[in-house]
Amino acid sequence: MSEHIEVRRTAKLFIGGAFPRSESGRTYEVKSPEGKFIANAAQGSRKDARDAVTAARAIQPKWAGATAYNRGQILYRIAEMMEGRRAQFIDEVSPWAKSAKKAEAEVDEAIDRWIWFAGWSDKIAMVVGSSNPVAGPFFNFSVPEPTGVVAAIAPNRPSLLGLVDTIAPIIVSGNTTVVIASQDAPMAAVTLGEVLATSDLPGGVINILTGSYVEVAPWLASHMDVNAIDLSGVDDEKIAAELEKASAENLKRCLRPGTELDGLTRIKNWLELKTVWHPRGF
Amino acid sequence: MSFEYAPAPESTAIVKIKPTYGLFINGVFVDGEKSFSTINPATEAHLADITEASAADVDRAVRAARVAFGSWSKMRGADRAKYLYRIARIIQERSRELAVLESMNNGKPIRESRDVDVPLVAAHFFHYAGWADKLDYAGLGANPEPLGVAGQIIPWNFPLLMLAWKIAPALAAGNTVVLKPAETTPLTALLFAEICQQADLPAGVVNIVTGAGETGRALVNHPDINKVAFTGSTEVGRYIAQAVAGTNKKVTLELGGKAANIVFDDAAIDQAIEGIVNGIFFNQGHVCCAGSRLLVQESIAETVLGLLYERMKNLRIGDPMDKNTDVGAINSAAQLAKIRELSDAGEAEGADRWSAPCTLPEKGFWFPPTVFTNVSQVHRIAREEVFGPVLSVLTFRTPDEAVEKANNSPYGLSAGIWTEKGSRILEMSSRLRAGVIWANTFNKFDATSPFGGYKESGYGREGGRQGLEPYLKAASK
Repeated sequence: MSEHIEVRRTAKLFIGGAFPRSESGRTYEVKSPEGKFIANAAQGSRKDARDAVTAARAIQPKWAGATAYNRGQILYRIAEMMEGRRAQFIDEVSPWAKSAKKAEAEVDEAIDRWIWFAGWSDKIAMVVGSSNPVAGPFFNFSVPEPTGVVAAIAPNRPSLLGLVDTIAPIIVSGNTTVVIASQDAPMAAVTLGEVLATSDLPGGVINILTGSYVEVAPWLASHMDVNAIDLSGVDDEKIAAELEKASAENLKRCLRPGTELDGLTRIKNWLELKTVWHPRGF
Repeated sequence: MSFEYAPAPESTAIVKIKPTYGLFINGVFVDGEKSFSTINPATEAHLADITEASAADVDRAVRAARVAFGSWSKMRGADRAKYLYRIARIIQERSRELAVLESMNNGKPIRESRDVDVPLVAAHFFHYAGWADKLDYAGLGANPEPLGVAGQIIPWNFPLLMLAWKIAPALAAGNTVVLKPAETTPLTALLFAEICQQADLPAGVVNIVTGAGETGRALVNHPDINKVAFTGSTEVGRYIAQAVAGTNKKVTLELGGKAANIVFDDAAIDQAIEGIVNGIFFNQGHVCCAGSRLLVQESIAETVLGLLYERMKNLRIGDPMDKNTDVGAINSAAQLAKIRELSDAGEAEGADRWSAPCTLPEKGFWFPPTVFTNVSQVHRIAREEVFGPVLSVLTFRTPDEAVEKANNSPYGLSAGIWTEKGSRILEMSSRLRAGVIWANTFNKFDATSPFGGYKESGYGREGGRQGLEPYLKAASK
C-alpha cells in the first residue's frame, strides 16, 4: 500500500461565513520561528476589509436581535467544535509555544474561554443595567446594548487565546466584528474560522482577516460604518496613536493597547447604555 | 380665547455680581492678564468682566489639582461624602440666587432655572455624595481607584447643571478637577466656587478657569491631566478625541443630537402636543437631546400640526425673568446667527416655514418658535443640529419606516415615542439607536438615571451608578 500523501489546506480569509481568497490575489509565507515554511496565508487587503465590514453590518441587527439564550448556546457550540479540533489547534500553535505543554494549555484555555463568555450572554444586562429610582412620577431602566460593528486587531501572541479573548467579548452581547489575526501565526485563526462556520454562528458575525495590520487596520479605523475599534494587538505605539486618531472621525469607541482588563470589562467596552423612561399614573 | 398675563418679574436684587472675576485656583480667586465681558443675552447689558485663563493659568490650576489629589484621593470616602453633602445643602440654601443668576447670564426662563436646573444640580451633588463611601459597588470590583486630575469642559445651555454632572461624580470618586465653563456663561460656575469656599472644600480639589476655545485647548492638551470630560458640539468632541490619541487620558464625550420625536396615530394627542412643545422649545431648543425632528404618523399629521400651531400661538416669549415666560433669549449673537443660517437654508432647500406670531423684544438675541414642514431627510434642517427653537416635521406610515427615519442620523443621543400601546413602546425603544428614550414624555432628567449618547453623540454616561465608572479604574493588582 502506498503512503498517504498529505492533503494540505489552503489558508483563506473568513468573510460573511464564506472562505474567499484575498481579492488582491496576494498571499504571504508563514514560517515557524526557526524559519521553516508552514503555509501561504491570504494577505488581506483594503477591499477585503470593506467586504468584511459590509458583511458584519448586514448581520448585526439579526445577531443583536437573537435572544441572549440563543447567543449563549452558539458560543458554547463554538467551544464544542473547537474541542473536536483540539489536536489540530495544538499542532498549529506549537511552533510558537515554548513547550508542547504550553501549546496544549493555550488551546484548552481558549476552549474554556468560549464557555466562560457563553455564560455571560444572559447575565450582562443584570450586572451592567439598572432600574433607577427617579425623583418624580416616572419609571426608567437602563439596559446595555451592543455598540454595533467592532473592528479589532488581535495580539500577535498568543495567537489563538489572544484572538478568542478579543472576539468572544465583542460578539457575546450582539456586536459583530472584523478581526485581523496574528500576522506571524495565523494558522489557528484560519482553523477557528472553519470552526465558526460549523457552529451555528450566522455568517458575518465574525470575519477573520489575515495579513498585515499595518496595511489593513487604517482602513478599518477610518471606516465610517465601524462603531468601535480594539487596538489591543497593536504593538507599535506610533501606529496605535495614528489609528486612534483616525478612529475619532466618527467618534469610534477605541480600546488602546496595553489596557489591563478583566473579562467583564472586556465585554463592557463594546456596550452602549440606553435609559428608557415612562411616566407613572392612572 | 385669549391669554393675557400681567408681567410677574423675579427680582434680580438677590444676586450681587462683582465688577470683575478672577480665576478660582487652589481655593482662592486669582487675577489673570486678559479679560472679557460677559453679558445678559436678553438685554445685551454688560454683567461683569471675566478673566481669560492663559495656558500658564491652566497649568497653575492643574498643578493645584494635582497636589490636592494626593490628600483628597486618600481621604476616607465618608469624609469626601460630607463635603459633597455640604455643597448640595448650600446649593439648596442659595437656590434662588443661583436660578436668578443663571437666567441673567444664560437667557433661559426663570421658571426653568428655578424649577429644573437648580433642583437637579442639588440632587446630583446629593446623589453622588452618597456614592463616595460606596465605591466598591460602582461596578469595578472592590477598592476601585480614582483616575487623578480631570479636565472638564462644559457648554452654555445648562451651565450650572453641566457643572454638577461633571464635578459631583468626579469628586465622589476621589478625583480633583479643573473645570472650564462656557465662554458666554461663566457666572454660576464662579458663584459655585464661592460655594466651595463656604463648604471649606480643601483647596485645589475644584479649580475653575474661565475662557474660550484656547483655554479649553490648553486644558485638554495639558500633559498632567488623566481624564477629559466634555459636553458640547460633535466638532469639538472630535477634536478632543484626536488630541488625546496616543496618550493615557481617559475621555467621556456628550455631544450633539438630532432626536426624533415619534408620534403614532394612537397617541394621547394632547399629551403628545405638550411633549412636542417641551421637546423642542424647552430651554429655547438649546438642548443636545432636543426633539428637533418630529416624526408624525401620516394619518394624523394634519390634526397634530393644527393643534401644535394653536399651542404655539400661546407660548409666551420674552423676558427670562418674568415667571410667565415660556421661551427666553437665544444665548448669544453667534448662536442666533447659526439658527438664522440653518433656518434660511431650510427655506432655500424648499421646506415651508411657520413661526409663532409673537413680538420679540428689541434688545437682546431672540428667535421665534418655528416649525418647518415639507421637510425631506436630506435637508440640512433635518440632519444638522440647529440648537435652537426650530422643529422639522417629517411623516411616516409604518413603525418600520419610523425606525428607519429616526435612526438615519450620525447622532444617537435621544428619541421620543408617543403611543398608548405598551408592546410598541418596548419594541420601538429597543430598535431606536439612542442613549435616552422618552416614552410618552420628553426632556426629563434625573440624578440617578444614566444619560449619554450612541454613535457620534459621544460616549460615556453621566448620572447614576454608571456615571461613576468614567471616573474610576479597577484596583491595581
